Amino acid sequence: MNDALDVALRLLIVFVVFLTFPLLIGQTEHKVMAHMQGRLGPMYAGGFHGWAQLVADGVKFAQKEDVVPAGADRRIFQLAPAVALLPYLLVLLAIPIGPGEGAVGEVVDAGVFFVLAVMGVGVLGSLMAGWASANKFSLLGGLRTAAQLLAYELPMLLTAASVAMAAGTVSLPGILDAFEWWWLPWQIVGAIVFFVAGLAELQRPPFDMPVADSEIIFGAYTEYTGLRFALFLLAEYAGIVVLCGLTTVLFLGGWHGPWGADGLGWVWTLLKAAVLAFVVIWLRVTYPRLREDQLQKLSWTLLVPLSLAQIALTGIVKVVIQ
Amino acid sequence: MTLAQAAHGFLSPTGVEIAFLLVGLVTFGAAIITVTTKQLVHAALWLVVALGGLAVEYLLLTAEFIAWVQVLIYVGSVVVLLLFGLMLTRAPIGRSPDADSGNRWAALVVALAAAAALVWVVVDAFRTTWIDLDGPAAGSTEATGASLFQNWVLPFEALSVLLLAALVGAIVLSRKAKAESSSPPVNSRASTGSSPSVPDSRNHTIGRNGPVAGTESAKGTKSARETDSTEQEGAR
Repeated sequence: MNDALDVALRLLIVFVVFLTFPLLIGQTEHKVMAHMQGRLGPMYAGGFHGWAQLVADGVKFAQKEDVVPAGADRRIFQLAPAVALLPYLLVLLAIPIGPGEGAVGEVVDAGVFFVLAVMGVGVLGSLMAGWASANKFSLLGGLRTAAQLLAYELPMLLTAASVAMAAGTVSLPGILDAFEWWWLPWQIVGAIVFFVAGLAELQRPPFDMPVADSEIIFGAYTEYTGLRFALFLLAEYAGIVVLCGLTTVLFLGGWHGPWGADGLGWVWTLLKAAVLAFVVIWLRVTYPRLREDQLQKLSWTLLVPLSLAQIALTGIVKVVIQ
Repeated sequence: MTLAQAAHGFLSPTGVEIAFLLVGLVTFGAAIITVTTKQLVHAALWLVVALGGLAVEYLLLTAEFIAWVQVLIYVGSVVVLLLFGLMLTRAPIGRSPDADSGNRWAALVVALAAAAALVWVVVDAFRTTWIDLDGPAAGSTEATGASLFQNWVLPFEALSVLLLAALVGAIVLSRKAKAESSSPPVNSRASTGSSPSVPDSRNHTIGRNGPVAGTESAKGTKSARETDSTEQEGAR
C-alpha cells in the first residue's frame, strides 16, 4: 500500500510540474519578449505588468471553434497534438531534480537513452499534423520538421554519449552522482552542441524554419485552431522545460551547487534550468531565422564534427585519468 | 517441455505473461494492418504502433536497454525517414488503389515461412529458459554492454564494418548518378553542400568556382537530382 501511495504521489507531482512549468515558461516568454522588444500589448491585461495575459490567452484559445478541414485526414489530424505533447510528460518522469532516490519520478536504468528516444517520438506529432492537414504549407512544414530532426538527432545523441562516457553510466541520477565541477570546462563544447541541437529539435528560433510564420504560415500547424493549436504551443513550452532540465542534468551538474547541496539541491536544478530557459527566450528575440540550407549545413558541417571531437576528448581524458 | 511446465506452469500465468500476450496481440494486429491498409501514411503510422509494441515486449522481458534503443532507432529515426520519403514523393490523403502488389500471395508465403522458421528456432533454443526476475536484471545496460564487448566483440565489429560499407556504397551510388548525367564534376560542393531548392546556393557556387563552369555543373546536378527523385517515385 505504501509503495502504491509513493508511486501515485510521484506521478501526481510530475503531472503537476508538467501542467504548470510550461505555462510558467509561456508567461515568462510573454514578459521577457515584451521587455526586450519594448512592446506594450502583453503588459496591459490585468493591470500590474499584464499578469493576466496568459489567462486571457487561455480563454481565447478555449472559446475558439475547433475546426477540422474538410479534406483532412480526420482521425490523424485530431490525434497529432496528443502525440506531440505526451512524450514530454514521460521524459519529465526520468529527470532527477535533487540528490538521492527520492527526487526523481522514476529511476530509469538507461535514462539517457530513454529521454532521447521519447523526445524523438514527439516529432511524429508534427509530422502527422503536417501530413493530415491536406495543406501544402503544412506538408512543407512537415518535410522540414523531418529533415531537421534527422540532422540534429545525431549531434544530440553523440554529445549525450560523451557525458555518459565521462560518468561511466547512462542513468541520469548516476551521471549526477559522478559529476565533478571540472566536467564543466571538459564538456563545454558538448554542452553547447547539445543545447543548440535541442533548440533545433524543438524548432525554436533561430531554428524555426519548419514553422516559419512569414513564409509557410506556421507550417504543420496552419490548419489548427483553438485548443488543439494551444496543445501544440504547450508542447513547445514543455519541450523547453525538458531541454533545459536535461542540459542542466547532463552538463551543468544538476543539483550540485558551489556552496554544497544540503537540502537545496532542487533549488539549484530549478535555477540552472530557469537561466537556460531565459537564454532560449533571449535567442528567440535576438537572432534571425536560419535558412533551410544553412540549418542543414550547421548541423552536418559544424555540430556533428564538434560532437565527434568532444567524444574523442572525453575518451582521451578518461583514459589518462584512470 | 516437462521441465518448463513443472517449474512455472502454463495454466496459471502471471500478470507479466498476460500483459506480454496482450501486447503481442496488439503488435500483431498493428503489423497486419500495416501491410494491408490502402493508405500509405496510415501504414507508416501503424508501423509505429507495431514497433512500439515490440519495445514494450522487450521491456516485459527485462531488456530495458534494447527497448529504448528500439524506440530511439526505429520509432524516432526509421519511421521519420519513412514518412519523410513518403511526403517527399507521394502521400495522398485517403486510399491509393494503385498501392497494391500482384505478389501478395507470394509475399504471404514468404512471410509465413520466415515466421515459422524464426519461431521454431527461438522455441527450440529457449524453450526451457526462464528469466529470473528476482536476481540482477538480465537486460540492464550494464549486463548488455558487458556481454556485447566481452563475448560478442567480433560480430559487433563486423556489423560496424558492414554498416560502413553500406554508407560508402550509398555515397558512391549517389555520386555516380550525378557524374553520368552532367558534365565532368567541377565542384564537389553540389554533392555535399546545401539544398538544391535555394537559389542563393547557386550564387555561392559561382563565386567560388569561376563564372560559367560552376553554374552549369550546379544546374546539371540539380536536374540530375530531380530525375533521380522522379525515378524513385516511379519505383515506389
